[in-house]
Amino acid sequence: MRGLLDRITGGEVLAGDGAMGTLLMEHGLEPGQCPESFNLERPEVLREVARRYLEAGADIVQTNTFGATPVKLARYGLEDRADEINAQAVQAVRDAVGPRAAYVSGSCGPCGSLLAPYGEADPDVVREAFSRQVRALVGAGVDMLCIETMTDLAEARLAVEAARSVSSSVPLAVTMTFDPTPNGFFTIMGTSIEQAVSGLTDSGADIIGSNCGNGIEKMVEIAGDLRRRSALPLLIQSNAGLPELVGGRVVYPETPERLAEGCERLLDLGVNIIGGCCGTTPEHIAAMRRVVDEGL
Amino acid sequence: MKLLEELAQSLERGDSQAAADSTRGAIELGLPAQRILDDGLIAGMAVVGRRFKAHEIFLPDVLLAAKAMYAGLALLKPLMIEQAVATQGKVVIGTVQGDLHDIGKNLVGIMLEGAGFEVLDLGTDVAPETFVDTAVREGARIIGLSALLTTTMPVMRKVVEAVEKRGLRPEIRVIVGGAPLSAAYAAEIGASAYCFDGISAVETVREMLGVER
Repeated sequence: MRGLLDRITGGEVLAGDGAMGTLLMEHGLEPGQCPESFNLERPEVLREVARRYLEAGADIVQTNTFGATPVKLARYGLEDRADEINAQAVQAVRDAVGPRAAYVSGSCGPCGSLLAPYGEADPDVVREAFSRQVRALVGAGVDMLCIETMTDLAEARLAVEAARSVSSSVPLAVTMTFDPTPNGFFTIMGTSIEQAVSGLTDSGADIIGSNCGNGIEKMVEIAGDLRRRSALPLLIQSNAGLPELVGGRVVYPETPERLAEGCERLLDLGVNIIGGCCGTTPEHIAAMRRVVDEGL
Repeated sequence: MKLLEELAQSLERGDSQAAADSTRGAIELGLPAQRILDDGLIAGMAVVGRRFKAHEIFLPDVLLAAKAMYAGLALLKPLMIEQAVATQGKVVIGTVQGDLHDIGKNLVGIMLEGAGFEVLDLGTDVAPETFVDTAVREGARIIGLSALLTTTMPVMRKVVEAVEKRGLRPEIRVIVGGAPLSAAYAAEIGASAYCFDGISAVETVREMLGVER
């Protein structure tokens, strides 16, 4: 199978997967339960989720390891099982991929505590936590890493540093979450798109981008801003809108068709990997996949 | 007064050392605790809150300002007790059961304390009964609930029900906030108010407790 970076720099657009949490909840994940506990107890659910996204046309499927740094797992008393939790997640997706030409992406989310001096987290401890997670993911054979939903550039850079200390060659994507303000897009920690581009490029990320926090309309704006400032490959994973309550149930309002329309604009902007975040389903991914295929 | 202006400005800069120094200076000058609180700490946090709401500054700035505020408040507390400075009222806050997110809840706590309220912060993953028990024990008339997850948001209803079941309505009111929430949701679960952010939480609590500004 050709390398992922070769394919995207050669002009191919790849499809990512969609939301994980929603599907885990369909399989019984309870509020307050550690989502990564499924990696130990119910790997068959992870295989099923991966299979659904692969059948929808995803070229890249993420591991269920968003919260699997030892720092975050410690909230559930699972820090000692971090290696196993990360490795099992990779294995489950790998099993689902089988002989398909699809990639396994190791998801690394924020450690869950703010870095000093704003919060209590010690940067050295956080760097070590990411190193341990990445070592387990790379050791289990991921094809790429995706450091995602970052809002603090310093934490994102720590994660990249940690990842690079483990592997200098694994393709590395870093995506941040921006909010619209009257003065442009900023993360909650105050990182602008301009700062994100320069900070992430410096740090040695191969792919940069944005995920979560917005529906497709705003994501297209963010992608445009990223593209104006960077020639690096871009990864965009939009939410299916922002959650709304309909009759007491939480609903993400944007339909597969709506995301597919946005997907056309992302293609026009030269986005290289397009997937979904919160509220997106295999149906959303299938609809975007069709747009990507038509664009070829 | 210049010293109190400096105190307020040290909060805006997030300078804990300067905040402590100015507070100590003001106490040594013999200024009343109420005045140091109002014209120094509360005045400084009011500016910080306004600038945050206007997106001129961001979360890290507010967190550093809060550290500076607490540095001053720690020195002022003994004097406030000695001079029997009344707080604006007590508010119990926390993130609901099953939810470990605390940034928004902490911001609300900072803004409330910065506005002169006494805040009893129960932390994250708080059981419905704990909110109610604490409010009753401490004589707080407002419970503020936070949730970031769409999956934990429904737990808010259980707190409202616990207040009702114990016949504590309307003496104890439940206000709610968090990224996935809305005024419509607050109304649906029977909460007394939805607060979009820390500043609107302060306004809501002031109104409910009849505090004048």
